[in-house]
This record gives sequence, C-alpha cells and structure tokens, in this order.
Amino acid sequence: MKEYDIVVIGGGPAGLASALAAKENGIKDILILERDRELGGILNQCIHNGFGLHTFKEELTGPEYAARYIERVVDMKISYKLHTMVLDIRPDKVITAMNKEEGLFEIRTKAIILAMGCRERARGALNIPGYRPAGIFSAGTAQWLVNKEGYLPGREVVILGSGDIGLIMARRMTLEGAKVKVVAELMPYSGGLKRNIVQCLDDYGIPLKLAHTIIDIKGKKRLEGVTLAQVDENGKPVLGTEEEYSCDTLLLSVGLIPENELSGGMGVAMNPVTSGPFVNESLETNREGVFACGNVLHVHDLVDFVSEEAAVAGKNAAKYVKNQSENRVSAANSEEIVQDTKVCLKPVNGVRYTVPSTINPSRMEENQIVRFRVGAVYKNKTIGVYFDGEEVLKRKRMVMAPGEMEEVKLSKTMFLSHPNVQSITIQVEDV
Amino acid sequence: MEKRELTCIGCPMGCAITVTMNGMEIKDIAGQTCKRGETYARKEVTSPSRVVTSTVVVDGGTERRVPVKTQNDIPKDKIFECMKALKGIHITAPVAIGDIILVNVAGTGVNIIAAKNIEQQHFV
Ligand SMILES: Cc1cc2nc3c(=O)[nH]c(=O)nc-3n(C[C@H](O)[C@H](O)[C@H](O)COP(=O)(O)OP(=O)(O)OC[C@H]3O[C@@H](n4cnc5c(N)ncnc54)[C@H](O)[C@@H]3O)c2cc1C
Repeated sequence: MKEYDIVVIGGGPAGLASALAAKENGIKDILILERDRELGGILNQCIHNGFGLHTFKEELTGPEYAARYIERVVDMKISYKLHTMVLDIRPDKVITAMNKEEGLFEIRTKAIILAMGCRERARGALNIPGYRPAGIFSAGTAQWLVNKEGYLPGREVVILGSGDIGLIMARRMTLEGAKVKVVAELMPYSGGLKRNIVQCLDDYGIPLKLAHTIIDIKGKKRLEGVTLAQVDENGKPVLGTEEEYSCDTLLLSVGLIPENELSGGMGVAMNPVTSGPFVNESLETNREGVFACGNVLHVHDLVDFVSEEAAVAGKNAAKYVKNQSENRVSAANSEEIVQDTKVCLKPVNGVRYTVPSTINPSRMEENQIVRFRVGAVYKNKTIGVYFDGEEVLKRKRMVMAPGEMEEVKLSKTMFLSHPNVQSITIQVEDV
Repeated sequence: MEKRELTCIGCPMGCAITVTMNGMEIKDIAGQTCKRGETYARKEVTSPSRVVTSTVVVDGGTERRVPVKTQNDIPKDKIFECMKALKGIHITAPVAIGDIILVNVAGTGVNIIAAKNIEQQHFV
C-alpha cells in the first residue's frame, strides 16, 4: 500500500492552500485527491469577478484566483490525482479511492486534510407543492450549464432564495438574454452580499421580494409558472398576497451544506449548526491527525478566508506529522503523557457557532482567529468575549448579518492573564 | 431637481443614499454614515462602471469555453453592447490568462482578456 505524510481530500481553494502550507512547512510526501477533471473546485464555474480582494488587493475572477494557487502547486511539485473519487476513510487513516487508471485502490497516510467543499441544498429539502416539471435547477447547476457548457437553461426565470449564487446567476442569465422576473426570499433579509444585490439585481432592475415564498408550481412536463406569496413572521403564506409569474425556469438558491459523508463515516464529530466537524485551535477534528478547512468545515462567503484558514490547517498538519515522528522516539523513553487542557468556546446570544470550538492555550499561535456567524441582522451592537464571565474583548459593529462571516482575534496574552480559564463566551450585546 | 436612490456597497451596512441632482450637477448627498458612502454615490451618479465577465467559444481546447473579462471597468451603459460583441467569437487553444481576445470592446478603449488557461486537446 502506498504511503504518504499528508493526503488532502479535494483540490479546491481549501485543498490547494492547505497543501501549499504543508509543503512550505517541510513536508515532502503530499498528495491531493480531486474527483473533478481539474484543480480549482467551485471557482472554475465562478467566472464573475470579486475574488481575492483581501489577499491580492485586486478583483479576480474565480478561475484566475484558482490559477494562482494551481501554478504554485505545480511549481512546488506537489502531487495530485484528478478524476479520483475518495470513497472511504478509515479511522486508521487508510483511504479508499477510485479512478480509471488504477481502479479501486488504498493509500495510507499520517495526516489527512478534509477539503471537500460543500454542495447545494436540494429541492427535496424544501417544501414546494405541485408537480416536478422540467425547468427547475439549483442555481449552481445553472451556473455550471451557462459558464462551462455555454447552455442557457431557459428564457423566463424566477429565482427562489437570495444567496450569492442566485444573485450572481440573475445577472449572468440576464446578460445572456434571459428575462429574470423576480428573486424571492423567504427571510426578511437577503442571504447574499450587499454588493451582489446592487450589482446583480439593482443594475438590471430585477425586483427582490423579501419575506416571500413560492406556494405553487405550474406545469406538468415543463415549468409554466409559479405563484408567489408574502409570508408572515412565522413563515406562513399570507392570504390575498398571491402573485402569478409565468416562467420556464426556476432557480433554487437556498443554501449550501458541507459535504461530510466521508468525515462522518470515519467517526469525526459533527457540529449540527454548521454541518461541519468540530475542530480545535489547530483546525484538527476529534480524530487525531485529521484536519478540516474551507467549505467542508463551515460555509464561507469569501474565498480569501478559505485560503487563509486552509493555510492554518496545512501548517498544523505538517506540525502533527513532524511531532509524530519525533514522539515515536521519545515515547519509548517516557511513560508520561501530557494531559492537554482544552478551553471550550460557547456561542450565545445571537452568535450561532464558532470555529474553532475549543482552544488549547499551549498549542495556540500568538493570535487565534475565531470565526462565527450571527443568527439575525444586528445594527449598532458589540461583540463581547468573556473568559469565565470576565470581559476580555469588546468589538463594535455597525452591522452584522447572517450572510457575512464575522471574526474576532484572541491573543496569547489574554490566556496568560487567565491561566485557569475554563470557557470562553462570545455574544452579541447592546452598546 | 431629480433624486437618485442608491444602496452603498462599501460594507454590509448598505446605507440607502439619496443623491439630489440638478441636471448633471450634484446638489446633495444624504443618508450615508461614512465617507465611503459619499465617494461611492458620487461615482455612481456621474460615471458608473463595471467589470463585465462572460465566456467565449474555444476550438481545439480541453474545454469548450474560456472565461473572459474586460481588463478594466467599462461604463455601465456599455454592458449589453459588450456582451453583443462577444457573441460568435471563436478562439483557438491554447489560451493563457491575460491573452487579448478582443481589442477596444464597444468603443470603450478597454480590451477583453482571457481569465483561464486552456490547453490544446491532443488526440491519440
Ligand atoms: C456560486 C458561488 C459564488 C461565489 N462567489 C464568491 C465571490 O464572489 N467571492 C468570493 O470571495 N467567494 C465566493 N464564493 C465562495 C468561494 O468560492 C468558496 O468559499 C470556495 O470555493 C470554497 O473552497 P473549498 O475548497 O472549500 O470548496 P470547493 O471549491 O467546493 O472545492 C472542494 C473540492 O473537493 C472535491 N471533492 C469533494 N468530495 C470529494 C471526494 N469524495 N473525492 C475527491 N474530491 C472531492 C470537489 O470536487 C471540489 O473540487 C462563491 C461560491 C460559490 C459556490
């Protein structure tokens, strides 16, 4: 069985950046496994610009952003296999994968980086009554059809859900000659970035109807139209607000979920809020030597943060591999095992989750970035961080929205002045 | 006097800004909570511009289409003209990021460039 130091599952921006960081930190035997025909992940179909503003200070398209990392992966001679689907990961870190040349094969590795990204929520997960006629696509599928295949899935379009992919596709289909009639959003706020609402909808006069949903779908073979209605605070349609829209295409942009079948299968503990693994300060899961980053860990809106997070995972995976080979020598001499202390992070009062969910102060870097999302739109609030009830950090925010990831930075000094801290609370509070 | 309603894209706050215009002259900008809002509003009402991205057909490549973009932003009212100019363009692989696909699109003085590397398809 072939052996590696680190195997990265998924060759999207997370996989690429983690592999690069591992290599830069001295690991030679790295392998990236990607099921697609090329590296770059979802970025290959995101031809719009707006990527990399934080990292490169310019607005790149998805493929251009990906190319910068792919070129470095090639330059640094990191091996990768395309058309290769990972089917199973065993707790003892034996990976089963499949491709045309090698058929079904197994590889053993010291560390694993999970970077499988996420997939779109399917229509089945929604509750739209009516037939299931042709003409209903997820926004991401439509994006793939238009941008990769050059095929326009329809002429008259209604979009349900105001996530970024839906907004981007409203503009893309308009530019290709389709008429996008309306974007309906169940929540009273949009799930997408402000910039996308302005540049993808407002620019083209496409109406955004907040607190609206689809209550009926018309057409048996091909979609003929949908009925929209306003919803009340409980998400129930309000009688008398129904509006008919004729359309041949309905795009669903109703959210993404991390692709974690593999992680679950090997016993990685999952956070029900993010549908991604619970991780510690090193972005390591509850399975030692198994790290996670990017959209498989929690859904990101900005790829820059994906790359940044992935580099941390790659660096820590490298550290783990190096420590392991050293420990094998030292463990023989010493019976003693250092009992690591773990501080738990508790998201409360408006904060839905945190990544990481635990911090081991002895293993943290000078600064620890904690990323999280809030559960509603908040204006003029502060984010408070408490070590066992004692305030250590307050950050004012003009506005926070569920669609935009937040972060706070914890420093080593905070932990030094609270040596016995048990838990850290992060919450939204009044100014 | 004419009033223009805008949403600032400077940050998630998304301030609703009202610009009062007298013909082409800005009389007042109101509703923004910071300086960025004013700068944004000024640009939006005087010379709004966007980067346009799309794809064109590639012949003999490992992929059927190559993503392209305007090298810089172009006036907003030239977007559809730009899209029209891209229709029917065929280029031949290989293509490299930055290759010029079309010069001076829609008379804007801005070139269309490739946004992805596409290799030649080799048949064996
Ligand atoms: C439509 C859309 C628009 C976006 N727009 C923007 C934007 O304007 N600006 C911005 O900054 N960010 C944007 N993003 C966000 C950004 O692109 C993503 O956050 C980023 O691509 C996530 O990277 P990733 O590597 O975690 O996942 P992905 O890019 O999804 O990569 C995961 C990879 O893993 C592979 N994989 C999965 N399972 C397996 C398996 N079992 N075996 C082998 N390989 C596997 C997949 O094939 C894929 O290539 C957008 C995202 C989407 C979906």
